[in-house]
Amino acid sequence: MPLHQFHFNASISSSSSPFLAPPSAFNSFSSRHQNFSLPPRDLGICRCVATPQEAKTPTAYKTNVSRNANMGKLQAGYLFPEVARRRNAHKEKYPDAQVISLGIGDTTEPIPDVITSSMSKKCQALSTLEGYSGYGAEQGEKSLRAAIRSTFYADLGIDDDDIFVSDGAKCDISRLQVVFGSNVTMAVQDPSYPAYVDSSVIMGQTGQFQTDVEKYANIEYMNCTPENGFFPDLSKSPRTDIIFFCSPNNPTGAAATREQLTRLVQFAKDNGSIIVYDSAYALYMSDDNPRSIFEIPGAREVAIETSSFSKYAGFTGVRLGWTVVPKELLFSDGFPVARDFNRVVCTCFNGASTVAQAGGLACLSPEGLKAMHEVIGFYKGNTEIIMDTFNSLGFKVYGGRNAPYVWVHFPGRSSWDVFAEILEKTHVVTTPGSGFGPGGEGFVRVSAFGHRGNVLEACKRFRQLYK
Amino acid sequence: MYKLLICNSTLSDKLFDPGCLHTSFGIRKEKKDHYTNVPRNANLEKLPKGYLFPEISLRQHQHLEQHPDASLISLGIGDTTEPVPDIVTSRMADFASGLSTLEGYRGYGAEQGNKELRKAIAETFYKDVNVKDSEVFVSDGAQCDIARLQLLLGSRVTASVQDPSFPAGDLDHETGRYHRLEYMKCGPENKFFPDLRRTSSTDVIFFCSPNNPTGHAATRQQLEQLVKFAKDNGSIIVFDSAYATYISDDSPRSIFEIPGAKEVAVEISSFSKFAGFTGVRLGWTVVPSELCFSNGFPVIHDFNRVVCTCFNGASNIAQAGGLACLSSEGVRTRVNYYKENAEILLDALASLNIKAYGGQNAPYVWVHFPGMNSWEVFDMILEKANIITVPGCGFGPGGEEFLRISAFGHRESILEAARRLKALFS
Repeated sequence: MPLHQFHFNASISSSSSPFLAPPSAFNSFSSRHQNFSLPPRDLGICRCVATPQEAKTPTAYKTNVSRNANMGKLQAGYLFPEVARRRNAHKEKYPDAQVISLGIGDTTEPIPDVITSSMSKKCQALSTLEGYSGYGAEQGEKSLRAAIRSTFYADLGIDDDDIFVSDGAKCDISRLQVVFGSNVTMAVQDPSYPAYVDSSVIMGQTGQFQTDVEKYANIEYMNCTPENGFFPDLSKSPRTDIIFFCSPNNPTGAAATREQLTRLVQFAKDNGSIIVYDSAYALYMSDDNPRSIFEIPGAREVAIETSSFSKYAGFTGVRLGWTVVPKELLFSDGFPVARDFNRVVCTCFNGASTVAQAGGLACLSPEGLKAMHEVIGFYKGNTEIIMDTFNSLGFKVYGGRNAPYVWVHFPGRSSWDVFAEILEKTHVVTTPGSGFGPGGEGFVRVSAFGHRGNVLEACKRFRQLYK
Repeated sequence: MYKLLICNSTLSDKLFDPGCLHTSFGIRKEKKDHYTNVPRNANLEKLPKGYLFPEISLRQHQHLEQHPDASLISLGIGDTTEPVPDIVTSRMADFASGLSTLEGYRGYGAEQGNKELRKAIAETFYKDVNVKDSEVFVSDGAQCDIARLQLLLGSRVTASVQDPSFPAGDLDHETGRYHRLEYMKCGPENKFFPDLRRTSSTDVIFFCSPNNPTGHAATRQQLEQLVKFAKDNGSIIVFDSAYATYISDDSPRSIFEIPGAKEVAVEISSFSKFAGFTGVRLGWTVVPSELCFSNGFPVIHDFNRVVCTCFNGASNIAQAGGLACLSSEGVRTRVNYYKENAEILLDALASLNIKAYGGQNAPYVWVHFPGMNSWEVFDMILEKANIITVPGCGFGPGGEEFLRISAFGHRESILEAARRLKALFS
């Protein structure tokens, strides 16, 4: 049954919508391999279109199950599959072009041997009597939890069992939303990683999308701009139950200072809020900012921290991350949040792959840490090249120093238009800022993951386009 | 500060560690505790304190404290025990090593899963029923997929479950998840298939076949009734076929063998029990493109959106293993091994004139102890034979008087367990 030809909501115009969904909405799934082009395939999945008003064939059988109204609130597909869809369409249009992806933040460099060899060994061990293991603890292997604690949270009052190993931050964010339920209010930075808002919509925490302001009702969007140093004015922020905060920030690259985080923790304390602190890029920091929210006194009573091996170890496909829920974090009735998180982890999850966890342990060995830092250093080198390029072209450039993202300002222009222009004229994929929220309008995110040759080539093309 | 002992709810007899088995959280309120103003999620508040596997762990722990030299055999949690065939793990190992090379490195995969693997799943399991690659979503396991389905469907849906069944145990504890939860009794008296004439209609019907814990594989006729029931009531069947590879007779292996099922059902399955991937984490869900909500909107769209937003794909190493499994015959040997285990247990029980069900189409034996309380039987078998089983009531009220014995285990353990049962009951 064909899934195309939905009726589009005519009020979403292409120039203002954060999630443009052109009519040819068939999408081959996003295989985000950077180094070969996908043959276009119609796999019968329509992924990023506005809500259809009616089924194509009215006589087709329908169940009596109402569609979850929350799903209906989502405007279109998740941001990155949409970027991938555009990239694939572009490749189809220009089959000979060498398309360079600096869009989706996907790692490209091989994983150091010390890490993959441990995963390889774990796979082989599964074929032996002594080495075979079945179900692991849903919270993760003890040794890995201990290694995460000692590597990232030493002397911060965090225990091994405050740490929950996962298959990645994106998944943890949704599990946290399941913990919080639909009756909580949420604040996000604007712009921010789309999973916070989208998962909130799915969970039923929000109202409808308001096309005039491009925000969902009932979410507090804390504007982060160059003018306020990418830190929200807390004095103007109303109280919400949950505050998502990402530092170093995706997409702006801003890293909050100790002073700023102290204010954030105080704000959360005064308001009885819970901070969900996303520190997935902490090791990219050049400046001397806190790597963990728990460096701030009092944070254990107000914050959860989530992180990932994705951008440190190139584990974007291997899938491994963690979330810290301190014992001191309590709901309004005194019930520990960690208990509910544990319950959700035990019922909605069955643990990260034991092979990935073996890799994680190797990552945190002295040799593994050293190797990870080298790869991170490589990507930081890419970031510098990109920053220098845009700086030399006279653009206002942000981020880059503390994160693998460069946040480039195109004042007065629609970010999807700039995205399209860059793609069309240089065959380089970026990510339009408005995909991260209305606060991202007028910006484009250039990610620094890529082979050095590709990054240099992309920058060469930028220089030609914008000279 | 509250002092907590967080419970490890998964019991693995190999990794048995008494230190982590406390199910009770010791909480001591101290002065100056900061309470946030965030209300606890009312749905989670409804969960009772103890639940099945932690309770079993606790009793196991207590037993070992009293009998430190006891040689325990665990036929409780359904965890695979036999090594994964070389042909599979060597491909996984190669893939993992390949991640250290330029040509072999892979970053983010499609959230829906690797193309080859989706195709292989469609061809291996759904060849004759026309399931398309694009309808297959690879996951990190059935439990996770069920949670994603719940997220997708939202909290306003009503659901029914078989009683007993694996979800029933947890869903019972999560009544807040569903607006209303119906139990469909399945027992020897009704051939382990609910009397649909007495079953009220719900939005979602969870159905597991072959069934955990009863081991019953629904017949074609039963599934036809189920599909018709769903169609008449506009319900969606969530069909769990994780044990399909254990079927010995000609019971349907997939709900999609039933005509019309594509309009009423999703199917969830897993590599866990046929590939030994309980720790590796790999499964899949089939969402037919024909399946629509009441407003005509295809369920597959929303499932895809949830998968893209709340998930980032199964581990690529696990997926490489999955592909290797499906291209080799080697994995069948493990299923056969566990089925032979089940036969040994069935024979032992038959020789004792104890009524046992299942075991022929599933790695579980469902043993009837009429008039007895299932926790008491559990305790007795633990105390007197040092065998861990699962009390039937943990799978729902319909499991009372029954015990689930799982057939996963090394052959020697199974043989020893059979010996002990014979000694105990003869």
